[in-house]
Amino acid sequence: MKLHPILAALRRHKAGVVLIGLQIALTLAIVCNAIFIIGQRIQRIQRPTGMDENNLFMISQLWVGAPTGDDQGSTDKLDAMQRTDVQILRNLPDVQSAIAINSLPLINSSWTTGIGMKPAQERETAHAALYFGDEQMIPALGLKLIAGRNFNVGEIQHMGARGHNRPPIVIVTRTLADKLFPKGDALGKTIYVDRDTPSTIIGVVARMQVPSVDSWARDFTYSSVLIPTRLDANFSRYVVRAKTGRLDAAMKESRAALFAANPMRVIDDEDGVKSFSDIRANAYKADRGMAILMGVICVILLAVTGAGIVGLTSFWVGQRHKQIGVRRALGARKVDILRYFQTENLLIAGGGAIAGILLAVGLNLWLMQHYEMDRMPVLYVLAGVAVVLALGQASVFVPARRAANVPPVVATRTV
Amino acid sequence: MFRYYLDLATRSLRRSPGLTALMILTIAFGVAASMTTWSVFRAVSGDPIPWKSSKLFVPQIDPWGPTARGTDPTDSHYGDPPDALTYNDAVALMRDHRASLQSAMYMISPSVVPSDPGKHPINANGHAVFSEFFPMVDAPFEYGSGWSVADDEHRAQVVVISNKLNRKVFGGGNSIGKAMNIEGRDYRVVGVLKQWNPQPMFYDVANTGGFFINGDDLLLPFNTAIAANMSNNGNTNCNVTPKEPGFVGLQHSSCIWPVYMVQLDSAAAAQRYKEYLQGFARQHHPQWAPNTRLRGLREWLDYEHVVPSDTRVSLLVALGLLLVCLVNTAGLLLAKFLRRSGEIGVRRALGAPRAAIYAQFLTEAGVIGLAGGVLGLFLTWLGVAGIGLVMPRDIASLARVDVSLLFATLFVAVIASVLAALYPTFRASRVQPAWQLKSN
Repeated sequence: MKLHPILAALRRHKAGVVLIGLQIALTLAIVCNAIFIIGQRIQRIQRPTGMDENNLFMISQLWVGAPTGDDQGSTDKLDAMQRTDVQILRNLPDVQSAIAINSLPLINSSWTTGIGMKPAQERETAHAALYFGDEQMIPALGLKLIAGRNFNVGEIQHMGARGHNRPPIVIVTRTLADKLFPKGDALGKTIYVDRDTPSTIIGVVARMQVPSVDSWARDFTYSSVLIPTRLDANFSRYVVRAKTGRLDAAMKESRAALFAANPMRVIDDEDGVKSFSDIRANAYKADRGMAILMGVICVILLAVTGAGIVGLTSFWVGQRHKQIGVRRALGARKVDILRYFQTENLLIAGGGAIAGILLAVGLNLWLMQHYEMDRMPVLYVLAGVAVVLALGQASVFVPARRAANVPPVVATRTV
Repeated sequence: MFRYYLDLATRSLRRSPGLTALMILTIAFGVAASMTTWSVFRAVSGDPIPWKSSKLFVPQIDPWGPTARGTDPTDSHYGDPPDALTYNDAVALMRDHRASLQSAMYMISPSVVPSDPGKHPINANGHAVFSEFFPMVDAPFEYGSGWSVADDEHRAQVVVISNKLNRKVFGGGNSIGKAMNIEGRDYRVVGVLKQWNPQPMFYDVANTGGFFINGDDLLLPFNTAIAANMSNNGNTNCNVTPKEPGFVGLQHSSCIWPVYMVQLDSAAAAQRYKEYLQGFARQHHPQWAPNTRLRGLREWLDYEHVVPSDTRVSLLVALGLLLVCLVNTAGLLLAKFLRRSGEIGVRRALGAPRAAIYAQFLTEAGVIGLAGGVLGLFLTWLGVAGIGLVMPRDIASLARVDVSLLFATLFVAVIASVLAALYPTFRASRVQPAWQLKSN
């Protein structure tokens, strides 16, 4: 097929061609950035915490009139209260395991600190979140120990929530171990948690996400330290794993059993007992929402652009009715007419797409500068180009077929 | 004449119902997407206290020195002091009392024991503040008032509660003088607030992030809360670990946790306070050059990134969609108008000036815009109702359809369509009557 007659015809519709091309360029720019955002959010939502999340739920509670936990006597008392609670939970018929822990991935309440390689180091080597618990922490959460060993019962200490005696041993995540010791020989090495207390790494777990999913924590998402210490405060968090299929029953039982043992406590009606799937849904609600919103906008955008192409091509087909008849009368086949409109659209969409690629990259750079956005891989742009070209072809098909069906006899009627 | 154009417009639109429907739908979707995201943006970026936000300021003082400042020069907070104060600095600022009104505050979350023994204790959100907090933030009282400066000094066991907590604990009504059991101690209720939940919670965005759906249930005197060992429920940031354990250790440490707000009634007062802060830093942190800031409330909300970047990006993308819809409508209108070259030729030949052509076609575009706007209103209403499904509750619950949004939707729809019609109309007005008449 020769392009010359198509280009000549397009020159007579400059404004229409420019408008459609501009529309395709804008659509491409917005759609690939939106799809990139969707892809990123899905990736975030799907990233694992490192725990076995099935049947897991968390209880947050506060004792009324409890001691402060600032002196040894009251710390011991709080510790006893916490251990009693954990024992009550473990004894429930639908409960498989229960532990006390200061925080949990995705709950946005964290204790983070700097880790150093020397005492009193001025700038931290890495930043990490601290998880305080006992030897049950790793099995109860379903963390995978990939090197070294777990804590022993004898190594577990306890302290007030604002205490600062750090135990001599810790377990770290692989991400943190690799960051501190890039050669992979972290086991047995000494690090300085809070930059001033020496602790030996006795084990490495495959993965344990930090509590916060906010942007300030995005540089250390998987840098966690497990500390063999129970934290004692006037509030506590328990993480419980229900027996398979008994999650709801276990959640109800736990609340009732804790109140039965000691009514002077607060367990919030809404958030006091929460399944981990709810915690996960809540943590990523904004990301899921953003992905849905971008998806809706993409669909509307593509629909509008598709409909616009249908509308404008239909108009051109109507306008060139006679010329089509003449071409048919001079021997052009139906498929030639069809090809003509398809090629014409490909030229316009192709031109729009080239401008669109520039716009898309520009928009991405601008978003990177202003809104914590990452660089968009070329793949997204190419996918976007494929989408708009396919959209153009699909939209042009209906009016083009109508054009192809113009009978040759039209040529004889009016000229 | 306008009615004549209106009549022409409806006739023309009825002649090609498919194209007309397409244009109306395009405008409606474009406007609805923009208005839905705009309603959310408007809700979170609004001024929570417009009548005096220009008089409220947040001081920042660097307690840690140059080694603790960020390392990334592209960070918007690079080199700035942290967004909260140490306890010692907060108390010293209160003691100096250089602003017309000021309050240090920290977030608390004590338990409240209902007088009805059958009920479980509940958890209350609140802040420990000074007496000047109430006039400074214009907290509206239903009964009673805030406490006095003397109450601050004597660590009086008094409390101001929200009307929600009043209903929950006392069943509502005038509860002034009643005793409320907080963390096992009795506090005398001196004030009950009216429904008051400013969004963003401007007096403490450092701890709430801005949007705090439940609001404060109670406010206690700062010194009383400290004396009762009521620990901080907001963020605590330490550069070095406190040397002593416990809440008292935290008070003596260089950790930052109280936040601070001042009211300064004039630019001169703000300038004086700025100088005072520099002097304060020189005196209390002599180890390094004074590094202080005094940001006005609006600037502070901006600095703390109170408007989520997702909200801004959504609005931008939706505006992009509106732009595409505009271009689309322009293309369709161009096709539609030029198809009527014959009609234009006849009108022009019969003496209609170009202005008449403009009036006719822009009226037509306006009608499309109005129809698109009405449909867009309905879609916006659906969008705002549905945004709660996709956005976090604390943000989405603030978005609502009101009269101004209604007018804005119609206005944007009509203006957008008329803008889209400008070029097509220009082309239509250039149609040569002679040429058209000849070819027909």
